[in-house]
Amino acid sequence: MKFPRRTAIIGGFLGAGLLGVGFWFARERDRLGHRRLLHLKPDEIGLNGWVKIARDSSVTVAVPRAEMGQGIQTALAMLVAEEMDARWDQVRVEEPPEHVVYRNVDILIDGLPFSPEEVGTVVEVAQWMAGKIGGVLGVNATGGSTSTRDAWLPMRTAGAVARDLLLRAASRKASIPVSDLTVVDGEVRKLDGAKVATFGELVDQVESLPVLPPPPLKKPSAFKLIGKPLPRLDVPAKVAGKATFGIDVRLPGMLYAAVRNAPTFGGEALEFTLKQGKLPKGIEKVLVVPGGIAAIGTSWWKANRFLDEGIEVTWQAGPDPKLDSATLWKRYEGLLVDGKPALTRTLGSETRPAQVQILTATYRAPYLAHATMEPMNCTARVGPDGVEVWMPNQSPTLMRLIAARIADVPQDSVAVHTTFLGGGFGRRAEVDLVRQAVTCALALRGTPVQVLWSREEDIRHDFYRPMALARWRADIDSAGGAPKLAGVSKRQVGQSPTDQFPARVLGLPAQGQPEGNAVENPPYAFPFYRLEAIVADGSVPVGFWRSVGHSHTAFFDESFVDEVAAALKKDPFEFRRELLANKPRHLKVLETAAKEAGWGAPLPAGSGRGIALRASFGSIVAQVAEVAVPDGKTLQVKRVTCAIDCGPVVNPAIVRAQMESGIVYGLSAALYGEITLADGAVEQGNFTDYDAVRLADAPAMSVHLVDSGASFVGGVGEPGTPPIAPAVANAIFAATGKRLRDLPLRLV
Amino acid sequence: MISLTVNGQARQVDAEPEKPLLWVLREDLNVVGPKFGCGVAACGACTVHVDGAAVRSCSLPLSEAAGKSVVTIEGLGQGGQLHAVQRAWIENQVPQCGYCQPGFIMAAAALLAANAKPSDSDIDAVLSNICRCGTYSAIRRAVHRAAAILGGVP
Repeated sequence: MKFPRRTAIIGGFLGAGLLGVGFWFARERDRLGHRRLLHLKPDEIGLNGWVKIARDSSVTVAVPRAEMGQGIQTALAMLVAEEMDARWDQVRVEEPPEHVVYRNVDILIDGLPFSPEEVGTVVEVAQWMAGKIGGVLGVNATGGSTSTRDAWLPMRTAGAVARDLLLRAASRKASIPVSDLTVVDGEVRKLDGAKVATFGELVDQVESLPVLPPPPLKKPSAFKLIGKPLPRLDVPAKVAGKATFGIDVRLPGMLYAAVRNAPTFGGEALEFTLKQGKLPKGIEKVLVVPGGIAAIGTSWWKANRFLDEGIEVTWQAGPDPKLDSATLWKRYEGLLVDGKPALTRTLGSETRPAQVQILTATYRAPYLAHATMEPMNCTARVGPDGVEVWMPNQSPTLMRLIAARIADVPQDSVAVHTTFLGGGFGRRAEVDLVRQAVTCALALRGTPVQVLWSREEDIRHDFYRPMALARWRADIDSAGGAPKLAGVSKRQVGQSPTDQFPARVLGLPAQGQPEGNAVENPPYAFPFYRLEAIVADGSVPVGFWRSVGHSHTAFFDESFVDEVAAALKKDPFEFRRELLANKPRHLKVLETAAKEAGWGAPLPAGSGRGIALRASFGSIVAQVAEVAVPDGKTLQVKRVTCAIDCGPVVNPAIVRAQMESGIVYGLSAALYGEITLADGAVEQGNFTDYDAVRLADAPAMSVHLVDSGASFVGGVGEPGTPPIAPAVANAIFAATGKRLRDLPLRLV
Repeated sequence: MISLTVNGQARQVDAEPEKPLLWVLREDLNVVGPKFGCGVAACGACTVHVDGAAVRSCSLPLSEAAGKSVVTIEGLGQGGQLHAVQRAWIENQVPQCGYCQPGFIMAAAALLAANAKPSDSDIDAVLSNICRCGTYSAIRRAVHRAAAILGGVP
């Protein structure tokens, strides 16, 4: 069949997953799994695929999502513990094996940038893709701020089913009717409070009982754990230095591999010569790996140094070996003028005022690297029975698929162990490291090999947030009386990570569609709105950078709303309020941020406040930044006030931490982040030239949770990032009258 | 063979004298608490104590640690108890991904050993490590709390 153009999207890869998994999991109970799904020690018994108990009354919850700092182990365990009425100090977490019930359905649904009216098309694509890629039905993936939303019903259901089993077990053991029993603080009690049995005492009785259909879930008013700032489960190990990250994996006989990737994007190593004619002591093997060359030895430090000093590599250049940033900007500027939009969208009706003032502004955002604190790494062993992979990664399903392809074995003979992630931010959904690690392990069968990149490799061989260019235009009716906004329009140019990702990971055809987050409509009731999104193709690898298209698009959109307010001589907060009159949730978030920030209260000369709002990943976030520019040149971000409505709050301490985290991550980008290209390669290479906010430049932050009563579970990992850059740019304008339209924000 | 003390234990290492202490710890001594972040002393993830001073171990050759006492996050607590800084870190729920935290904790412990009641600007000046998760405000609170614990506040 002809591939329908509009189908494209997130790659049909995700479309296929949507079909495959979304349809399977029509009901929560279909994701319960079975009682022997988790690995069971002799003193443990499974209650369903998500929870097991042990004789010491501990409750172990399966958490299939990657813990990369966002607190997901804690949040997901709370969902099960809540419905089970477990005590928080009995709860542990464990990584489950690969199984379809653990796949993330919401990430697939969320990834489809269709409007609801296009449902028919989605199905068409999904079917086409499902047929095309067969085995890849859904993924276990952590991203898109979807983990809690995806787990909200299935994991609570698992907890409720477990509680029901324990009640019936206690009833049998104590010969008391179930209706006279309850669970409180992790033990079964009579309704009058008298203890009947601990969970551990029910291990034998529970074994032979059948799992019955799930009882009703608690009403939010009955929650005892959800909504409480419970301590994180991962903190003690992380504070003691005992948390195992990918780089900390140690296996008997393990060797270390260092890598040099081809200097230009898309390049490969062709061949190499050893300068000394043979390998030095401690270096066991040098080999060509996908995208570069690896040296394997008994010390990573030594292998890494050897790549600098001991070999000559002949590189095959990538498709754009002369590419530089200035040329790219020129190409984008051309596209901005006459590029054919991949997507055009209009809202409202266009009017032509008799007298019109036209305001235009062009904004730029550079490529950005993720720069996770833990440099990229992956450990693999190829044995007679298959492949084992230990990796800090955001999608074990994809890692398994790629490992199986590289080693040419069936997927079910690949086991992927996900360690703690020393930061993810989207970078660790990529499969480049597993390709290299399995290639190394294949060359040394039976020996585990740990591939680790230097920081320079990490910065220079990332999948970057796309460089992007946008031109906004506002038509202001100036025919007598106060000027009025008649309409706005925007043309935006950038590469599309959702187009590139399935192409490079699975070899699916790129469809030239924009990334969904970058084309979401602003929430404002503009009289008229037109969007034209132009997709720039190009060889620079782009990927999912915390909040993806929202990050730069929020800068473009929220900066321009401020410019329009200024042109209309309106206060930027009041102007947004007017345009949000029909969006009560957005309005409340905006007003909360403004009120808590003391919007309007006098500030010293050279200081200013800026406000910005962005809804992303199901949550609404507004931020007010207060800056000081004491000498007209030096920028200090003094404080940031943040309000969020994310729907139901599982753990408010984690939500607050994620807002602060998103702010600091976004602020690093807003103040310093810029990846530039020269001769087809990235010019930056370490924190010395790709810096991050440190303690001394971190603003004071306050976070306010807004409860609108909404039941949709919004994400929190990413939504804190998009508003900060425009909030700071708008504050700089308030402080200095200078409008900065290019990221990073530079006063001089 | 180069001798040094690591977390109170005498160790002998057969490695190049120019090999950075970080890699000696991680590869030769299997002490993996100190982390590799940048390799150029720019991020502080590898911070350990050498004779009591906070040092970025990715850039300290083994030869310069010879005969000295090295303490890592694994050896910071004494007698099975967590160090006050670690306790304050738990109370304030500082870590997110946690990768940079051993470096921060070691830097904070050294700061407090030298300056029992640091001001915010003292903290900013000394703790120049990078945390990409942005735990800075929690770190600042935790350092003040650790100072209080060390000063006898329960």
